[in-house]
Order: sequence, then C-alpha cells, then structure tokens
Amino acid sequence: MLPSDSTSLREALINIADPSGCFLWDTKGSVCYHDLVRGSCLNGRLSELSGRSVLVATRDQLITALALIELDGVARRLILCPPDLTSEQLSSVFANAEVDAAVLDSSQPQSNLRNCITATCHSNIVPAAGEQLERRSTEWVLLTSGTTSAPKLVLHNLSSLTAAIKHSDSAASPIIWGTFYDIRRYGGLQILLRAILGGASLVLSDMEESLGDYLARLGRHGVTHVLGTPTHWRRALMSPAAREIAPRYVRSSGEIADQSILNALRFFYPDAVIAHAFASTEAGVGFSVEDGLEGFPDDLLGGVGDVELKVEQGSLLVRSAGTAMRYLGTGPALRNEQGFVDTGDLVELRNDRHYFLGRRSGVINVGGLKVHPEEVETVINRHPRVRMSLVRARKNPITGSIVIANVILKEEPGQRATANRDVVIKDEILQICRAKLAKHKIPIAINIVTALAIGTSGKLYRHA
Amino acid sequence: MSIRETIISQIRQVAKEQNKKLGPLTDDLVLLESGLDSLEFAIIVARLEDSLGSDPLSASEDGNFPVTLGDFIGIYEDAAK
Repeated sequence: MLPSDSTSLREALINIADPSGCFLWDTKGSVCYHDLVRGSCLNGRLSELSGRSVLVATRDQLITALALIELDGVARRLILCPPDLTSEQLSSVFANAEVDAAVLDSSQPQSNLRNCITATCHSNIVPAAGEQLERRSTEWVLLTSGTTSAPKLVLHNLSSLTAAIKHSDSAASPIIWGTFYDIRRYGGLQILLRAILGGASLVLSDMEESLGDYLARLGRHGVTHVLGTPTHWRRALMSPAAREIAPRYVRSSGEIADQSILNALRFFYPDAVIAHAFASTEAGVGFSVEDGLEGFPDDLLGGVGDVELKVEQGSLLVRSAGTAMRYLGTGPALRNEQGFVDTGDLVELRNDRHYFLGRRSGVINVGGLKVHPEEVETVINRHPRVRMSLVRARKNPITGSIVIANVILKEEPGQRATANRDVVIKDEILQICRAKLAKHKIPIAINIVTALAIGTSGKLYRHA
Repeated sequence: MSIRETIISQIRQVAKEQNKKLGPLTDDLVLLESGLDSLEFAIIVARLEDSLGSDPLSASEDGNFPVTLGDFIGIYEDAAK
C-alpha cells in the first residue's frame, strides 16, 4: 500500500531514499527517478491537463510511465490505452470514460482525436515550472483485454491499485524488476507501481523487440525479479537467452500456471523463488503462492491479510481493498452485494488444494490468445452433415491449451458410418475452419462422437 | 519408424500444412529460429502425444524445456526408455 504520506506517484518518488540510483529503462534509453521528482516531460502543458479526463496513448511504455507519474494527483482521470486497440474500441473508450484530453508521444498523428486537447510527452525531462496546481485523488481507468468486442473500462484509484504492495517489498538488497507484461494493463502496471513505491528500477519491454533480445537486455541490467504469464515463460525457456538472466524471484500470473511450467522454471532457475499469482483487472491481486505446486492451498480461503477469497458454484470470488470500484459505462455490476468480484475462474478442490479448471465462459486461452468456443462451433456447424459440436480446450505444454472439437453427425438414412467417410467429413470441416477462423482458433483435432453432455439448463457442458 | 523419424516427419507435415519453409533439421537448430511458431510446436506436441502415446514435456518431473531440436528429440527418446 501507499506510504501514509504519499497521495500520488510523484510524492511516492519524493519518499524514495536514493532516487538517483533508480531507473526506468527501455530499448532507447533510460530515465532516472531523481530527475522525475522535480522534472516535467509534458512541454509545459501540465496545467492545461489539470482536472481533465486524460487518455494516455503513447507508443512506448516508458513515455506512458512518465505521463502517469506527472499526471497522477493532477488529472481527474487517467485512462491507460493499450497499444493494440482498434479505432472502434477507442471510440467506446472516449465515450464511456468522458475523455477530454490525450497524451501522445511525438511520433503519433493527432488528427483522429476529436473534441479533446492533446499534449506530447517525451523522455527529455526539463525542470518543472513549479506552478501550484490543485491536488486531487486521480481516478485510474484500466481496460480489460477484450477480444473483438469493446473492452470493459475498470475504475480504480491509486489506493486500490497499490493495496497489494507491502512496505516490505522494498527489500534490503536492491530489486531490479523486469516483466514481459505491458504496463498499460493491470499485471504490468502492478510492476511499475511496485518499482516506484519500493524505490527500485524497472526494465521495460518493447513490442518490436524479440523475446531473446529482451532477455539479453534483462541480463545486462542484472534483473532480480521477472514476471510474466505461463505463455511468456514457456517461450522464454525455449530461448537460448533464458540463460542470460539469473533472477532471485520468478512469477507467473494471468493464466493457469500448470505443474509443468512450474517444474521447468524450478529446473531453469534453481536459486529463485518460483511463485504463481492470481490477479485480475477487476478483482485485484488474489494471492501469490510460492510452494512450487500448481493451484492454491484450501487454507487461503477465508482470508490472508487484507484479501478474502471464497468459492461459490465452483467459481473463485475475491474481495479486498485492491478490487476495483466499478465499470464505467453500462454493463453488469463489477462487485456483488457483499463487495466480492466473481472472477469467472472455475476451481476444483482435491486433497485440500484448489486447481483451476478454466473460465466459466468456456473461453480457451491458446498461448495468450482467447478463443470463444461458440465462435468455432458456429463455423463447424456450417458443415451440412454436422448436427452439433462442442469445442473445448486440450492441455498443451507449449501454449497452455489448444482447441479440439467433438462433433455429432446427422444420421442419413441408408448411409453407414465408415472410417473413410469420417475422415472425409473431418477434412471438410477443417477446410471450413481454415477459411473462416484465425489460426489459433482452428481445432487441431476433430473427434466424431455419438453424444455430448448437456446440463439441466439445456446448455452444453464445457468442463466435463 | 524410430522416434526421431516420427518427430522429423511430424515437423515437416505441420510445416507443410502451415505453408512454412524449413531449413535443414539439424540437432543444433534452435526451435524458436526454425521458422515454426509456438502454436505450430503446440500442434506438433499434441500430434506426437497421439502417435507416440506420451507427452514428455508435460510429464517431465525435472521440467527440462527444449531449446534445440536435439533437446526436443532427446526428451522424447528419454521418455521412451
């Protein structure tokens, strides 16, 4: 949590004992915390942005970090724009977050931002003007990783975003953070905030940098704490550059961490603490487990520290000071009446340990890319011989999951099922899928079956 | 067909299906530099599980992850011993 005398990121920087020894690094250079304490990156435009709802939409993560530090406590609202938004998604963000200002970097066109003032942020820090601006508690808006639909806008403030950060995180020996995450999403932002509040350096990634090059750069900076999804880690461990880092702490979150990736990390980094954590943009940080085993112990339910966890109808619920307030715009309530966030992640209790089964919605995560099974089923069902289909995940050590499909065929009078006929139909179904679906959504196997499990609600069982 | 031949043939089959050109499949080839992406390796591993009856990358107790093609084949050959 925030030190009691810090109400903004800038004040947290002021409280760092030795800001001249802390840096944010990216592929192009670095910025020292000491320069940020009294410097400005906004070309003297800070006062114009005071009290506004500011979209931060820069190409580089470093520039976003600089803008956040300068604007927190000054802007009414900060909206973090991930790099991969479509223009339709951006339109819904503008409307729902009442955006009236935008911070860009110098390389970006400013023509498509209507009805708002724009300011340019850069990494050349100049002394701040020292003007007295009204201080306020800034609202932070984070986007969930929507697929094709409009992303949800999740409302936090600096207190909720930093609720999981303990003062003891500022360890005796210096920490250098590295993360495969983008700081414009919840998981990555947690690392930026940990670095700033704990007075530690952070090595930022770049979307155009290869994984091997990022690992090599982490190694050169002597990274001590590295975080990513299991998918990031599986890719990293297949890179020869994975040997170039020697972290003390390695953490996976954002997807199910299975035993094979935890074992692989233990094997690769025998001297590191191997942790896996549960967090989401809405729920905040649920827990971090460091015993090297997949799932989490039953005794975490009820409460650990400030976080309460419970399981209802198979789904994990979280309540803490780190949970978000609400969604902006129309939509479902973010919390239930008791203040719990239903994460939609299904868990199963076996031998005093809860294991993650997947999403209640059935959404499949293939190497970090989402697949809605209904979309694939709709395509499969176009084949004239298909009566119904069920698309589900099959576990995979490289991408976490891959897509497979079970299919029931229509009976045709006078036609007998033969192995050869099934091969032809499977091939035809795959051809339809290849024509209509992105590569990660195409089932890698199609099984012709005679029955699919259907629940009492009449819906297909997706977690049979 | 030996395990090595089964693996090489499956890699070539997936590359063909995905219209990917492969260089020489030598033991020191770094998998991430082979021209195949992680989804394609995921498909190869799943098909090998079906044809060889084992998924040693998931089952591995020591958690050794393959970097080169030689590592990859070795993990399957060790699992069959």
